[in-house]
Amino acid sequence: MLWVNTKRIIKAGFINFWRNGSVSLSAVFVMVVALFMIGSTFLLTAFLGTALKDLENKIDINIYIAVGTKESEIMDLKQRLEGLPEVETVLYVTREQALENFRELHKDDHRIIQALDEVGDNPLTAILNVKAEEPSQYEGISNFLQGKSALVSGASSIISKVNYNDNKIAIDRLSRLIEGVKKLGSIITALLIGISVLITFNTVRLAIFIARDEISVMRLVGGGNHYIRGPFLVEGVIYGLVAGLLTMILFYPVTYWLKNVTQGFYGGIDLLQYFVANFVDIFLITVLTGMVLGAVSSYLAVRKYLSVH
Amino acid sequence: MIYFDNVSKVYPDGTSALDGVTFSVDQGEFISIVGHSGAGKTTLIKLLLGEEHPTSGSVSFDSVDIQKVRAKDMPTLRRRIGVIFQNFRLLPTKTAYENVAFAMEAAGKTDEEIASDVPHVLELVDLSKKMWNFPRQLSGGELQRVAIARAIVNHPDLIIADEPTGNLDPVNTYEIIQILKKINDIGTTVILTTHNKGVVEALGKRVITMDHGKVVRDDATGKYAL
Repeated sequence: MLWVNTKRIIKAGFINFWRNGSVSLSAVFVMVVALFMIGSTFLLTAFLGTALKDLENKIDINIYIAVGTKESEIMDLKQRLEGLPEVETVLYVTREQALENFRELHKDDHRIIQALDEVGDNPLTAILNVKAEEPSQYEGISNFLQGKSALVSGASSIISKVNYNDNKIAIDRLSRLIEGVKKLGSIITALLIGISVLITFNTVRLAIFIARDEISVMRLVGGGNHYIRGPFLVEGVIYGLVAGLLTMILFYPVTYWLKNVTQGFYGGIDLLQYFVANFVDIFLITVLTGMVLGAVSSYLAVRKYLSVH
Repeated sequence: MIYFDNVSKVYPDGTSALDGVTFSVDQGEFISIVGHSGAGKTTLIKLLLGEEHPTSGSVSFDSVDIQKVRAKDMPTLRRRIGVIFQNFRLLPTKTAYENVAFAMEAAGKTDEEIASDVPHVLELVDLSKKMWNFPRQLSGGELQRVAIARAIVNHPDLIIADEPTGNLDPVNTYEIIQILKKINDIGTTVILTTHNKGVVEALGKRVITMDHGKVVRDDATGKYAL
């Protein structure tokens, strides 16, 4: 009996969706708008997240090693730095490598190259490039390097310069900016999702308001609450499913267009590529959100007409 | 079978719809309830269907106090009562066949039973040819016949017809009343509310006359006395 009822409910849901064409269509369109808003906030959050990660990765500390320091001493310092919990990576750039990088960077500026050639000897020092797990941890690493820690005693002599203090203001500002953007992003996301849920709920409620007489007739004919509610839930799920699919189709040209715009002012991330790469995730989030939204809205809306007496 | 015991109903806005109504209906009876608009006929039917509860007194159906039936069990009770309304109250997005089938589905009948009973009952009300029409494609008389088919398809113990001929012309009115008589002939109790003097007098069955929420006459082979 349960199976027969389930079959009948699902069938009735599909038939109602089809026969109430105009109501279904408008409900689906409103849901597309809502889901598009939700999807956009997710995309935007992902975009911001990647952009911020890129920025974070650009923060680092360069330790310039005094000329004439033995390789073993440098490796020793490198190892000790890597032992710090705050440190993510330490990259060792030899003097030769530094020179090569310098030449590569300035290859179009022949005056600098000329000057370099005139010097003859390699004027650059070896570098340890330190990256922290979090931007806020650079201060600690810097303190460590300034010999305030016993771990580093004796090593300070091989360090000619640490560029942390030059970057300190920039690093601080960036850390604060990143925190702020993250907070604002989650507030906006929550707000937009809230609005979308309300819009969807009202639309579905309106669709069911139109059918309120039918609900009372079904009750009089002896329909149980589950049997009356079922087809409306199925209809709500279909609204969400169709709206979710339409939204996904809509995202493709939009991200394609945004790809050009975003790359114009910020080269780091390609939204289209992000969309394609995370298609399954975005698809599931959008379609499932739609289906759950539709079902919950239907449930709440029908409940009102079932709870008489 | 049905027993109204000193029933009064006052709506929340203070309107008194029923005032100390007492009467009983036996199995297999055909009774007409007549009275002006606002006499309390519709309230009487709502109490019987459990849509409203009496302010005082009790309404019982087969010795069960309807007021005490739990919400969960209400659908089961309603499946024993077939209802026909003045404004038909069919489901607009379902065909005639599906409207009748819905009542059977709600009662938990199998697909086989539905496939055999629905065409049969639609044939009884002479609608075989319009089985697949939607309500908007049917005339008033046809709509009321679909509603009757829906009301009788589950073989109810009681048929309530609330002014079923109110929106129909004389020819259709005659047909509907004939169908109700046939239903009564096979042993189903019928309660009919009506304004139509001709209908009541032609039936020659028991008549309860109501006025201002009170039963003013109860005649075994009554006439329309207002």
